[in-house]
Parts: sequence; C-alpha cells; structure tokens
Amino acid sequence: MNEHHHIVSYSKLIAIWLILLALTALTVAITRVNLGGYKVLGALVIACVKSGLVIAVFMHMKYEGRLLRWLLFLALVTLAVFIGLTFFDVLYR
Amino acid sequence: MASNAPVHHATGSSFWNDTGKTGITSWIFSTDHKRIGFLYFYSTFGFFLVGVLLGLLLRIELMAPGRTIMGPQTYNALFTVHGVVMIFLFIIPGIPGAFGNLVMPIQIGARDVAFPRLNLLSWWLYIIGAVIVLTSLFSGGGAPDTGWTFYVPFSSRTGTNVSLAVFGVFIVGFSSILTGVNFVTTIHRLRTEGMSWGRIPLFTWSLYATAWVQILATPILAITLVLVMAERIIGAGLFDPTRGGDPVMYQHLFWIYSHPAVYIMILPAMGIISDIIPVFSRKPIFGYKMIAFSSVAIAAAGSLVWGHHMFTSGMSDTAVMVFSFLTFVVAIPSAIKVFNWVSTLYKGSISLEAPMLFALSFILLFSIGGLSGLILGAAATDIHVHDTHFVVGHFHYVMFGGTAFAFFAAMHYWLPKFYGRRYAEKPAVVAWALMFSGFNILYFTMQVLGMQGMPRRYYDYLPEFANLNLVATIGSWILAAGLVIMLVNLFRGLWWGVPFEGNPWGGASLEWSVPTPPPTENFIEEPVVTHGPYDFNGVER
Repeated sequence: MNEHHHIVSYSKLIAIWLILLALTALTVAITRVNLGGYKVLGALVIACVKSGLVIAVFMHMKYEGRLLRWLLFLALVTLAVFIGLTFFDVLYR
Repeated sequence: MASNAPVHHATGSSFWNDTGKTGITSWIFSTDHKRIGFLYFYSTFGFFLVGVLLGLLLRIELMAPGRTIMGPQTYNALFTVHGVVMIFLFIIPGIPGAFGNLVMPIQIGARDVAFPRLNLLSWWLYIIGAVIVLTSLFSGGGAPDTGWTFYVPFSSRTGTNVSLAVFGVFIVGFSSILTGVNFVTTIHRLRTEGMSWGRIPLFTWSLYATAWVQILATPILAITLVLVMAERIIGAGLFDPTRGGDPVMYQHLFWIYSHPAVYIMILPAMGIISDIIPVFSRKPIFGYKMIAFSSVAIAAAGSLVWGHHMFTSGMSDTAVMVFSFLTFVVAIPSAIKVFNWVSTLYKGSISLEAPMLFALSFILLFSIGGLSGLILGAAATDIHVHDTHFVVGHFHYVMFGGTAFAFFAAMHYWLPKFYGRRYAEKPAVVAWALMFSGFNILYFTMQVLGMQGMPRRYYDYLPEFANLNLVATIGSWILAAGLVIMLVNLFRGLWWGVPFEGNPWGGASLEWSVPTPPPTENFIEEPVVTHGPYDFNGVER
C-alpha cells in the first residue's frame, strides 16, 4: 500500500458516477437496436469499461504500485482466456 | 495424536514438546506449520481411509452381476460419496496441506509460513466444510446421488441432499485458496539467504505452481456451486433450456475448475518424486530447470484443456478440436518430467528402499495413466470409451497410482524425520509389492472392461463382464491387504520404532540439515544456502 493517501476530489468522483450512469443507459439503449450476435459483445464491452472505471478510481487501483496492478491484470487475463475458450463452443455450436 | 507426542522422544526437545504446551488445544489452535501439517495429514488421511472403505464396498457390489450387497440407489450414493470424499477431502488438500506444510517452509529456510494464522484458518475451513459434507449424507433427502461432478439437470432436480453437499465443498474450496495465497507469499518472501529461485527444491517449485492454480481456478468452482444452489433453491433457470439456460454451460464452468484441479492433485506429487529420485540415486536431478519450468507449464497449459471432458456433451466440433489439440500440448511438459526422472536414474547408485519403490512405481503408473489419458484426449477414440470403466481405470491410474503412491512415498520419506523414529524396511517392501500388484490387477482390468464396453456408474452389468469384474474385485482386496500392512508397519515404527537420527537417506536439501525432529521454529540459527538441493558432494548416507 502507498504511504501517502490519495484523496480523490468530489468533482472527479461525481464525473465518474455520471459516466457510469450514461454507460448504463447505453447498455439499455443497445438492447433496442437489432445487432444480432454483437449485442452480447456490446454489452460486455460496456461492462468492461464500467468495471475498469470502478476499479481504477473508486477502488484506487490507479494509485497502487506495479505489483498489485500486475496481479489484477493476471486475474483478468485468466478470466478473459477462460471466457474466450468457451466461445469456441458457443459461437460454433 | 497429541497423546502420542510424549512417546516419541523422551530425550531432546523438538516441536512435539518445546513449547511446553500439551493437549488437544495445543494442536487445533497451533500456528506452527508442522503441527498444522500433522492436523492436515491425519484429517486428510482419515478421509482417504473412509474413501477406501467405500471403494471396497463398490467393488464387492460389482463382484457378480445383479444385486450383490446393495441396490441401485445405495450404489449411486456410495460412488458419489466415494468421489467427493476422495477428491475434495483427500487428494486436493492432501499433499499441499500435509507435506507442503510440514516440509516446504523448512526447505526454503523459513521459520514458518508467511501467514501462520491464515494457515490455521485454512485447516479449520477444511474441517468445517468436511463436517458439512458429512452432514449432508445423513440428513435431508439422503446422500447425494449425482456423482462427484454434480451435473445438471439431474443435480438441480434430484431429491437428495445436493445443496448441503455443494455448500460443504464450497467452504473446502476457500481453505484451498487460503493455502495457495499463503504458499505463494511464503515462497516469494521468506526464502533464506542464498536460496535463489534456482536452488529451491523441486517439491517447493511444484507447490508454487500448484498454489497459483489454487488461487486462480478455485473461485470458479465456488461460483459454479453457488449457481447449482441458486438453481435448486430459487429455480434460477441458468442451466435449464426451457427457461433460456444451457446445461452445457454447467459442464464448462465445472471443468474450468475441475480440470486444473487435476493438476492441483498431481503437481505436488510430481514434486515429491523429483525430490526422492535423486536422493535414492545419489545423483543430482537431471534437468532441474526443465522440471521446474514444466511444473509451471503444466499449471498454465492444464488450465486450458477442460473441454476434453465434454466431447460427447453436444459441444461444438470446433471446440472439440481446439480442446483436443490443447490436451495433447499438456503431454509435452508431463513427458519432460518422466524423461528427466528416468535420466536421473541412469547410471545412478540406486538403493531400492520403500520411498524409492513407491516413487519408481509412480513413474510407471503415472505413465500408464497419462498415456491412457491421450486415448481419452483424442476426440475419435474418446467417443468409443467415454463414460465406460476405461475412464475409471484411467483416472485411478493417475490419481491413485500417481498422487496417492507419491503420498505413500512421502510418508515413508519424510514422516520419520518428523517423528524421529522409523519403520521396519522389510514389511514396507512387502506392503509395497502387494499394493503394486493389487493395484494393477484392479485398474488394468477396469480399463479392459471399459474397452469391451462396460459403462461406469451402473450397479449391474451384462453377464459377459462377470469374470473380469471378479478379477478386479480380488485385485481390490490384494491392494487393501497391502495398505493395511503398510499402515500398521509405518505407524508402529513412527510411534515405537528404532530412532531415526541425522540424515539416513542422505538428502541435501535444507530439511535434512535441521535437528530430528525439528524444533518449533525449525532452525537453531538462520541458515545460509551455498549449494543446490541435489548437490550430494560431501553428504554421507
């Protein structure tokens, strides 16, 4: 953990919150457009951006050292690989 | 266990007596890695014996066609409980929990693991989970009858006590994650001076690779089991096609954990073999770096092959080819290990004592199991033998012939060090010979039966399978007889046998440099490592 505390300003927190709300609205909006198989992809991309913002700012990962960031990255890559391999089944069934 | 402590060494102080505390609480609330190691050893080994008894009952039922000693419902429950107990309560926690805790901190020159209290919590979670699993057998709708894989849709509909059983397994999973976190941190942070990555004993290397799999894969099992509970309790419909769900998704989620779990089971066993073979060949290990690397490679590649359990599930053909290919890739690091062990033996000064005999039979049995695994990993042949006794024979060769034989090797190799007393050699060799023959009679016969088309998980079979089933059941009795002789001889020796002092095996890794049995914080003064773990120059035997 870093020695000095990072205090994120209210304005920044509120800005992130508004972005998250906008992205939620976008998630709802794209369900009304006929995108076929890309609908899931769109929802997942938006979800990734949203969780990225939460992890980086609300959970302070942006201000952490390299080790923690690498560990998180490793976990995310593992998850992506697991989900990716599953798609060899889902997409071609 | 605690009551035996004073018997061991009336003279000399060691972790058995040097804290001045005695009684059961000095064990179950201890944070000493050796005491926790023994807690794990006796609890996991106790469950192993329960599993063996269940297995013997299953074999008696299959001794002759038709009903022998139990009906189909009892048979279904027994093979489920046999699987759950053996896998979740013995093989997965067994080697890391027992021998990882006992030996690993000493091997890297540490006084304890990085988080001793977390270590104790991990054992408690294991015991709590185990008690819940056992409760599920005798309460509610009775013992689960789904097989240890809890496949939907059956597991979401059966009236037996599946929810409680999977909750118990869920908790045991947390114990496994905590052990993984603890071992990774310990191996990174607590190595003594001179213990570079290139000098870590291979058993510790294998625990390191295993720990990463425990951390990364176990949460997926936990989530999957929660989903099964959601399916049963609130009817979530995730795996139910009539409600937009997909039963094959359950199989993906289950095997994303449970195939890497196979490597949680076998990697530490391979580490034990890599430590024993050089000591009893009086030669440095052949290809140290490649064995260490192959542990990590198996852990990584082994996490990507789960689909080979699902070739007949209705998964897409593309996925079948991808997973079949990846499965063949895992054979490479596994073969690297086998070839390196054999090369270590070449021109060695081999002494065939009990630990070495178990280690050598590991190589043979694991190879048979591994190669029969390729028959299952190739999609075309898998369709012929899927869900037959061939599969049962295959994974018993790998898990019992592999992991459990390595566990027995470790019991003969390391336990005398911690008790300060040893077993008699001759009965140990007789026991090994009986177990090795009984094992092959039992499981090789199963593989033949599977090739002939006998399905698994049926309490009855066609009359043409009768003779071979009788042979297999007789094999199970020979195996059990050997096991009894081994246990009586081993524990009689450890509790009342002749003293085991100094370094009788002639090991060069750090655990052989500490007093026998080790004191509570292992080292009298902090060790400085100046040579590799298999450098036998100047080590007498």
